[in-house]
Amino acid sequence: MNWGSPAEFFAMGGYGLYVWGAYAVCLAAMLVEPWLTRRHRRDALSAASLVGDDS
Amino acid sequence: MNALRWSTFAAPSRFYALVNAVNPWLWLLAVGLTLAGLYIGFFVAPVDATQGNSYRIIFIHVPAAWLSMVLYLAMAFWAAIGWMLNARMASMLARAIAPTGALFTFLALWTGSFWGKPTWGTWWVWDARLTSELILLFLYLGYIALVSSIDDVVRGDKAGAVLALVGAVNVPIIYFSVVWWNTLHQGATISVTAAPKMAQTMLVAMLLMTLAFWAYAFAVVFTRAQALALERERDTDWVRGLARKEMK
Repeated sequence: MNWGSPAEFFAMGGYGLYVWGAYAVCLAAMLVEPWLTRRHRRDALSAASLVGDDS
Repeated sequence: MNALRWSTFAAPSRFYALVNAVNPWLWLLAVGLTLAGLYIGFFVAPVDATQGNSYRIIFIHVPAAWLSMVLYLAMAFWAAIGWMLNARMASMLARAIAPTGALFTFLALWTGSFWGKPTWGTWWVWDARLTSELILLFLYLGYIALVSSIDDVVRGDKAGAVLALVGAVNVPIIYFSVVWWNTLHQGATISVTAAPKMAQTMLVAMLLMTLAFWAYAFAVVFTRAQALALERERDTDWVRGLARKEMK
């Protein structure tokens, strides 16, 4: 085990800002992209259902 | 029964169904491998003798950088296949890869910057590795801008394929930049010809995270390709049937 306490873990031996700054943006991006992509697919599906109506 | 051939999943309708079957497993893999990789990376792998705990950025930096390059080659490959063989799904796949490739390129630069500040003393330096990776980001963004600016999708696919193929020369330049030029960036940590220059547990964490990023990239690209297929084929029976069923 590398860390004696949660505080030690978050401090990352003085590199907390850099480690968490990198990880936070990475996590945010990898949550937002799938969400946007699923929305893209859902919008494409609803647009396709409208095409059927007026034909 | 029709025999399964390589071209079976080239039909957008079959591709769509295949993705629905595969994606839950890809997401499960992505989450499971991430948890395992981060556990080993933060709780098992020891602190680095020279870089302290700042080195732990490697567990996302290297996978993101690898994917940024591999996805570009995959994008150029599918764009070329779509162009030469007139394969619809291949061209859609190329377009679907671009945003995810751009995202991983951005993340490689971002995490590298947050690693460079404590180790080199600077967020950014115009050296060969960093500059060629930045050019990769511009190639992705240029590809996205180009294909989306051309209304005729077939012409857009062709123009995109030309750009993607020409830009592919940048990928080996990125990869070998640390060998060819004198740069701040460290050399490759692992290679096929030499023993890895890192502790076993660090290596395991990095490889688990790489596999996790792979699973993530496949899942997101497949979902985006589904969306593109729905948009392009909205006048076909399979899309209409699907839309009617889903929207009820």
